[in-house]
Amino acid sequence: MDKLKIGGTKLDSRLFIGTGKYSSNDILPKVIDSSKSQVITMALRRVNLDSPKENILNYINKNCILLPNTSGARNAEEAVRIARLAKAAGCGNWIKIEAISDNKYLLPDNYETIKAIDILAKEDFVVLPYMNPDLMDAKRMVDAGASAIMPLGSPIGTNRGIRTEEMIQILIDEIDIPIVVDAGIGKPSQAAQAMEMGADAVLVNTAIASSSDPVMMGDAFRNAVIAGRKAYLAKLGSVKKFASASSPLTGFLQGDE
Amino acid sequence: MSFYNEYLKYKDFDFDSFFKNTTDEDILNTINKDKLDKFDFLRLLSPTAEKHLEQMAAKSNKLSLQHFGKSIILYTPMYLANHCSNKCAYCSFNVENDIDRKQLTLEEVEIEAKNISKTGLKHILILTGESKSKTPISYIKDCVKVLKKYFDSICIEIYPLEEDEYKELISAGVDSLTIYQEVYNEDIYDKVHIAGPKKNYRFRLDAPERGCKSKMRSIGIGCLLGLYDFRIEAFMTGLHGYYLQSKYLDVSISFSLPRIRPHVGSFMDLHDVNDKNLVQIMLALKLFMPYAGINISTRESESFRENLIPLGVTKLSAGVCTEVGGHSQSNKSSSQFEISDTRSVSEVAISLERKGYQPIFKDWVHI
Repeated sequence: MDKLKIGGTKLDSRLFIGTGKYSSNDILPKVIDSSKSQVITMALRRVNLDSPKENILNYINKNCILLPNTSGARNAEEAVRIARLAKAAGCGNWIKIEAISDNKYLLPDNYETIKAIDILAKEDFVVLPYMNPDLMDAKRMVDAGASAIMPLGSPIGTNRGIRTEEMIQILIDEIDIPIVVDAGIGKPSQAAQAMEMGADAVLVNTAIASSSDPVMMGDAFRNAVIAGRKAYLAKLGSVKKFASASSPLTGFLQGDE
Repeated sequence: MSFYNEYLKYKDFDFDSFFKNTTDEDILNTINKDKLDKFDFLRLLSPTAEKHLEQMAAKSNKLSLQHFGKSIILYTPMYLANHCSNKCAYCSFNVENDIDRKQLTLEEVEIEAKNISKTGLKHILILTGESKSKTPISYIKDCVKVLKKYFDSICIEIYPLEEDEYKELISAGVDSLTIYQEVYNEDIYDKVHIAGPKKNYRFRLDAPERGCKSKMRSIGIGCLLGLYDFRIEAFMTGLHGYYLQSKYLDVSISFSLPRIRPHVGSFMDLHDVNDKNLVQIMLALKLFMPYAGINISTRESESFRENLIPLGVTKLSAGVCTEVGGHSQSNKSSSQFEISDTRSVSEVAISLERKGYQPIFKDWVHI
């Protein structure tokens, strides 16, 4: 499969996974292995450097790219401070901006996110903003220095699929940096759908973590993402509103030629 | 605007008729809804709903996994002092009770903090009795400065404050507030709070909202189950949480469900809240506000707490002592109430792991 390039790094896998909501950190290496994911996101607030058992960093393969997120930040200022802490804690320079000031739906605040990107991109972070799919805001994020755009398919953790399909399709069509569909993907088929639409990658957490067999589900998502990407590259057949009849209704006109 | 206006809307509501008219079909329809309104919530608190706890539990389990996953945050309370200016009929700290009173010095706070931090906990709840003169804001701020060295998240459970005072504590390092109304029924409130500043119902009722305005990150509320009809009290608690969440989207709301426990004192006019009742309250709250946290304290027994976990618990206390200096001092004070689950932090953590849940010691970062 073709490689995905973000912030100068080439990736073989187009499936990003999260580390929250699991019954134990012990399962993470197995999920990372079955999903073959190379980009792993985790909330910095959960990183417990004092406890080897609780330190999530100990469960993530060193070959993976850490994507610490600013979960808990309510505005740009807090997101920037968390990003800097993540870098200082040795989590690298990739950062997923989450600026969320709504605890009910966990919807991202695009305005605060743009402000955070502006600051962090200048500090050489590879910035991936979680955002509400809006074309103008996405353009502002690109201008501010985002390395990819992460629009939500539906609210975090809902497993409701890509309810924002039309908006995401516009971003895919109009934005020149990678589009990673984040949040709401609840089934491998929905991940495949995002990839068929032309998304560059997907980020999945709850759907894998809350399944009965996260390891097998990681593998299912890996395959779905590959299938979706291949379908996109192969170019889907056109969808027609009307059937092409094998006996055309206007066939009789040919005799008049 | 205040939650008091919301309270008044339902103060004289005919709960008995509403419950009598609630059918099994109403309950099943409610369980199948994606989004519940206030009356759906009340239906789930009805006697009729008791027959459908299993279906409610299945949905609660699903919603909880979706919103919080298989992880439970652990914390422990640390009593800084037990001085109190109030005469509350149901509490050991009642100013008239002859109990050992104590207040930790900053050196003792540090020793206590060191001992607790050895257990690995990063979240702490600090409590005082309700005496603003003995444990003023300045004292609590000094304690927070010491505790910040050891803990990532500091929650306060103290007397209600003004908005500016909450802001002062937030700038010192506090991020969360727990404050129980004890009882929402205003008449009972007046009866059980015999004397002292706590008699001011409105000032206490509006304290969580002042906490929201001051930008506390999370607010825990609850009523002391047993002081009045649990169905009505649970309804008011849920409405209070819903009111706060709708108005202050950026605040994380959680509920606690404390049942009254044996204590020093003689208040006997209690309304029984059995295990089944408590489960019903918890499930109704979870279905009404799936994104809210549920905290179960060590007032409940080990086995009961274990069974509640898959039903939607998000936070558990562990290694609990309700005496001032209980984590380090040989010279402890009297306790606020008797705890039921006496397990250590590691014992609670191990039991969670056995149940397929991840104990979370750290879920916050100082910024």
